[in-house]
Amino acid sequence: MAAESSTHLLVETLAANRDTFLDQWIRVVGGDLQGRLSTAELGRELGELYDSILAAVTEGGLDGRAEQFDEARSLLIELSRSRARQGFTPTETARSVFALKEVLEPALATDEQGARTYLQFARLLDDLALLTTEAYIRTREEIISSQAEQLLELSTPVVKLWDGVVGVPLVGTLDSARTQVVMEKLLQTLVDSDSTHAIIDITGVPTVDTQVAQHLLKTVVAARMMGAQCIISGIRPQIAQTIVALGIEFGDIPTNSSLADALRQALTEIARDAEDDVKGLL
Amino acid sequence: MTDRVPVLKIGEILLVSIQFDLEDQTVLDLQEDLSNRIVATGAKGVVIDISALEIVDSFVGRMLATNASISRILGAETIVVGMRPAVAMTLVELGLSLNGVRTAMNLERGLKLLRRLAAGRA
Repeated sequence: MAAESSTHLLVETLAANRDTFLDQWIRVVGGDLQGRLSTAELGRELGELYDSILAAVTEGGLDGRAEQFDEARSLLIELSRSRARQGFTPTETARSVFALKEVLEPALATDEQGARTYLQFARLLDDLALLTTEAYIRTREEIISSQAEQLLELSTPVVKLWDGVVGVPLVGTLDSARTQVVMEKLLQTLVDSDSTHAIIDITGVPTVDTQVAQHLLKTVVAARMMGAQCIISGIRPQIAQTIVALGIEFGDIPTNSSLADALRQALTEIARDAEDDVKGLL
Repeated sequence: MTDRVPVLKIGEILLVSIQFDLEDQTVLDLQEDLSNRIVATGAKGVVIDISALEIVDSFVGRMLATNASISRILGAETIVVGMRPAVAMTLVELGLSLNGVRTAMNLERGLKLLRRLAAGRA
């Protein structure tokens, strides 16, 4: 009984003062966002939201989980998604909803009935604001995972440096997932381009610990089993010091400080083999 | 009845081309056949072509290493040729590095490497 009259009062207030409330709401939210979103766009977003909330309350009362709120919810999710992409914080996004409370407070909290209505409406807005935060975080996670995927693809190119020589410029830290990708690409390129030498350049690898070294060794051994020679190049002074301090053994794998030296070494070996061919030795 | 892997003689070289996934008994038969043929023919080199193999387990991996050691004792150098990328990655994950086994990308390169070894150039 009381709930019904609250809803009635709320719908009446919301409908009668639509333009005033909406104006104030836009102003409060606009102040929060400090002009990073145009007033026109904000007006359109909040206007749609206001109307859908009003419609939902008129039909389905104050239960934010009722199906009458489906439209309002999808509008909110859309709003959170665009806010997340534009780089607003979750607080700013949730405040967009909470601001409506501030706007309604002076109009409703004048008597006991109004105060009760206000509290019930506040609970509804809490639910909706929680929804925006959830949608915001979900969007952020989607962005992060798609970026991680792109990074994996982008950061592991295998390039042909010369006839019979392929190079792998590694950038960033090597973990097992990336090692797998690098190894797969390198070995396939060796087969496709019929190359006998591979140069793994680690200039872009910030640190080499035992785990990274382990991954590098695996790659080199795999290439060697296919009949290709691997040279590791781009070892910076600090990295060399760390490698020795950690007691990492690269065994008989040739290492070089610069890519140019590694390439020269590979070309020398290839030239020597070619010379044998020409001499009719083979 | 188990299939046997043929061991073909080309000049001073024995060519073993493995065309199907190996069972344990086949692997043991091959080891037997190969050592007999090396002695019988006085071969100086052995090329084992595994380009048709999509699966190499640790048993086959060890067989390759064992064969290489046996051949060396008998005076023949072994080259394993044509390992597929997926096979190489599996062996690495299994912790097998085929140390002491010479490898080449394909049969042609393998033969060249053998001749180079015979001439004492590598």
